[in-house]
Amino acid sequence: MAEKLLVEAVNDALHVELARDDSVMVMGEDVGRAGGVFRATAGLVERFGENRCVDTPLAEAGILGTAVGLCMAGWKPVCEMQYDAFSYPCLDQLITHVGRYHWRTGGKMEFPITVRMPYGGGVRAPELHDDSPETYYVHTPGIKVAIPSTPADAKGLLAAAIRDPDPVVVFEPKLIYRTERGEVPEGDYVVPLGKARIAREGTDVTLVAYGAMVPVCERAADELADDVSCEIVDIRSLRPLDEESLLASASKTGRVVIVQEAPRTVGFGAEIAAILAEKAILDLRGPVLRVTGYDVPYPYWKIEDAYMPSVERVAAAVERVARF
Amino acid sequence: MIEVAQRSVIDEERELDGVGEQDLLDIYRSMVLLRTYDERSLVYHRQGRIGTYAIFWNHEAMQAGSAHALADEDWIFPSYRESAIGLLRGIPPATVLHWWRGHPAGWWNPADYNVASICVPIGTHVPHAVGLAWGKKLKGESACAIAYFGDGATSEGAFHEGANFAAVMQAPVILFCNNNQWAISTPISAQTRAETLADKAVGYGMPGVRVDGGDVLAVYEATREAVERARKGGGPTFIEALSYRAAPHATADDPRVYIDIARVEAEKKNECLGRYERYLRKLGVLGDDLEADIKAEAAEAMRAGIAAAEAEPDPDPELVFENAYVHPPPNMRDG
Repeated sequence: MAEKLLVEAVNDALHVELARDDSVMVMGEDVGRAGGVFRATAGLVERFGENRCVDTPLAEAGILGTAVGLCMAGWKPVCEMQYDAFSYPCLDQLITHVGRYHWRTGGKMEFPITVRMPYGGGVRAPELHDDSPETYYVHTPGIKVAIPSTPADAKGLLAAAIRDPDPVVVFEPKLIYRTERGEVPEGDYVVPLGKARIAREGTDVTLVAYGAMVPVCERAADELADDVSCEIVDIRSLRPLDEESLLASASKTGRVVIVQEAPRTVGFGAEIAAILAEKAILDLRGPVLRVTGYDVPYPYWKIEDAYMPSVERVAAAVERVARF
Repeated sequence: MIEVAQRSVIDEERELDGVGEQDLLDIYRSMVLLRTYDERSLVYHRQGRIGTYAIFWNHEAMQAGSAHALADEDWIFPSYRESAIGLLRGIPPATVLHWWRGHPAGWWNPADYNVASICVPIGTHVPHAVGLAWGKKLKGESACAIAYFGDGATSEGAFHEGANFAAVMQAPVILFCNNNQWAISTPISAQTRAETLADKAVGYGMPGVRVDGGDVLAVYEATREAVERARKGGGPTFIEALSYRAAPHATADDPRVYIDIARVEAEKKNECLGRYERYLRKLGVLGDDLEADIKAEAAEAMRAGIAAAEAEPDPDPELVFENAYVHPPPNMRDG
């Protein structure tokens, strides 16, 4: 097993999956010659040729729209959206067609499309390079969503997405693309969708997070380690969602803090809180708290740290619920 | 390369290479079938036997003429205006009637007929046709694709992105615009300042052709050329077929509040099926008996179609949960 950065694990998954299945192709802006603006697709065009790693026009709806037709011709397209907020034009195709076409054919045709995109803030970038748009995607019927927080999961979940017969959107936490390093299995490696990861075992408070918020939770848990034993549930697959692991941890600790980088209202954290309210009420010994971004446009980067859920905010929420 | 003059065949009484009497009659049969489907559907709607329905009366020349220029391996991407075009590929009338009856039996497998599902949102299927055509080309297959859309669709971003992709990838695709000059109540003059819609092809670097959309043979000829070009690796073509919407947009629309009624009446007198019939009679290809036979055959197909559709039991409500996913998430039924 080799140590890899998170973005290197993404690249590894693409190399393995393109080699494994001739019908898998990568398409997007700057994915070929440049190897992707984050180098996630580096080496693919040299190894697999221009037909299987395609530099497309700058047109996100066109990328996802043509991917629908490519599926009908027998391809399994892996579409890169260059940044989170650049993906918004593709939502039209995603909502009106990608999430519905299998249904529309009475289940006769499959649309094994993978959409992958770097997401999230904290990277000192201009406006609209920082969003956490997962809610728009998870809210769309017919779509599955995964968000890794470790290099191994970045590889395994992307492989699962590519092999899944349903359309899957994978959000890659760009903040930790090159800060998270870890062991990544060589060759074929799949992390099944629908299974949460217990990132840390604990007994007092459960922290629920995904993507770039998992390391924030880990640091908060470290800081509090002398007083509070935190369990960290890395959701990693928002749909299908592993309710069992979530409820098991809530039952174990009785106290839950959900951490989400996206704006607060109707964020995925609200869904988790609602599930806990419906299915874990008798296990809970305190209110379910959320630490989230705010309901504001993602700020200019000089002040973005005031937006991002911080170790301090997470720790404060843990202490509050622990003392409840 | 834009052909600005509207191409016509019938009015010029031109003979088309390789088009014999049998071909002329096959095209006629298709037009009659589509016309019968449309006229009966309006009746069925008024009788409460189908739901809201998008009328395509006087669009049959555009649909039948272009569809006959395709090979069976070529894919058709219809908008709702071409809801019944699959009949020309063997989709049973009952299936399309089911679709308009809101019954899941109106689903079909596109791969069975090389006819994609009916696209309801405007123009968003253009990139699908382009992707299919490009994907076939990448696999070394010879099939091409045609996407049908109206004049209003050319204002949509999806049309632009699809057309640009088609040209860049040199996808073997025909972008077929039925310019009936109205998008519900919005006239073409409020849709674009371009002199012709075919002009838009210049910006994409593809040929643009204008054709009389009421002349089924002109449509056939223009599409056949586009298909030949596509199959030879010449990439996409934009076809602007001109007609006039002589019927409401759909059964829920009352065009009297916005349309030029005198123009509608004039168009009705020159509607495409009558024009073709007069031409075939002049050629001596069509006579009273044959016309009656062909129309009776189409009427019978529709009688059988609506009977089959109405004989279908109501769908099981369990179908709500079918086919949303290949592998559904475990909590999909939580509600």
